[in-house]
Amino acid sequence: MSFDALNLVWIFIAASVVNNFTLAYFLGLCPFLGVSGRLDTALRLGLATIFVMLVTSVFATMLNTWVLPHAPYLRIIAFIVVIASAVQLVETIMKKASPALFRALGIYLPLITTNCAILGLALFQTNREYGLVEGIVYALGAGAGFTLALILIAGIREENDLGKVPKIMKGAAMSFLIAGILSLAFMGFAGLFSSAA
Amino acid sequence: MKRASDLHDTFKRGLWRDNPVFIALLGLCPALAVTNSAINGVALGAASTFVLIGASFLVSSFRGLIPRQVRITTFIIIIATFVTVADLVLAAIAPAIHKELGAFIPLIVCNCLILGRQEAFAFRKPVKESVTDAAGMSIGFTIALVLIGAIREVLGNGTIFGLTMMPATFEPWIIMILPPGGFFTIALLLAFLAHLKARREARAAASSESKEVIR
Repeated sequence: MSFDALNLVWIFIAASVVNNFTLAYFLGLCPFLGVSGRLDTALRLGLATIFVMLVTSVFATMLNTWVLPHAPYLRIIAFIVVIASAVQLVETIMKKASPALFRALGIYLPLITTNCAILGLALFQTNREYGLVEGIVYALGAGAGFTLALILIAGIREENDLGKVPKIMKGAAMSFLIAGILSLAFMGFAGLFSSAA
Repeated sequence: MKRASDLHDTFKRGLWRDNPVFIALLGLCPALAVTNSAINGVALGAASTFVLIGASFLVSSFRGLIPRQVRITTFIIIIATFVTVADLVLAAIAPAIHKELGAFIPLIVCNCLILGRQEAFAFRKPVKESVTDAAGMSIGFTIALVLIGAIREVLGNGTIFGLTMMPATFEPWIIMILPPGGFFTIALLLAFLAHLKARREARAAASSESKEVIR
């Protein structure tokens, strides 16, 4: 039991910081550039993404167990349809349960469908043959890592807007440079594994 | 004659002037994730070209039949079908490259460039123009992938397409083929393009000013 718990902790740490979806795998760069201008929208989008990742992970496990063994060529189509439905589901529930949060998220909610981090999560989870609990922990870790990266960049960009940036570096170029430096910093976490193993 | 030149212009636009990666900032995830070597860029570019042209052809052919309300879902399912084909074909003919690209072939589904072209072009225009536009955009995308891949490969490994380019004394910058190198490369490329644009605008302004003086 204790071994299982430790394994789950490692899955969480690996997904959130060591193999950070945004900074190490380049997944979800579109929202990363689009909404990382302000801290509060970054946080909200991060939370919505974590939720969709959780739902997707559960559905992906179900598909992998019952449907896809019979029709492996349907994998990509099945996953993308599940993600689109999950986003729709989240939208409907949120509209009813918490209209304030629904309005605050606005356009970002439907856009989660085309966030490649979500499809990436479903695919990586399948490749690694995670079960239900492992998948949920993996989704939580990946979502937390995505949110962490989004918040870090948003914070730096808010400060950076006040500073003197060379004219040609303004906008996207500067965001990428900041992301590169953060990515460099996150590589330091790779040491966690070699020292533990 | 006019039609032919229009088609030509549609094709050329995607190559550089409206380049999907450098100008429109679309499809960045694959553009950075797989480009630690030039050959990976070619492979992913070819797969994306196939998917974009195929999807544009189908969407444009059926644009009268697809109801507006469910168009996005329809686009995604059409794209996913072509991606599945590309995935299976690549696994059959080039298993080594397929293994290296890993999850990034299925992730073509989420490439916002492909969905964007369906919505902005293929759903509104006839088949011939849509396919031309798709070809121009996807070749522009491939050019960007190969350019980023070549820069990262030559600095990080001293080679381009596996051929040694640097003298033996060159110490490879390993960081360039690791994730941070991808971010640094695209940041500097964007800054360089912004610099070129600023210089061209300054020149245009200067030349119009001098004309004023002569007058």
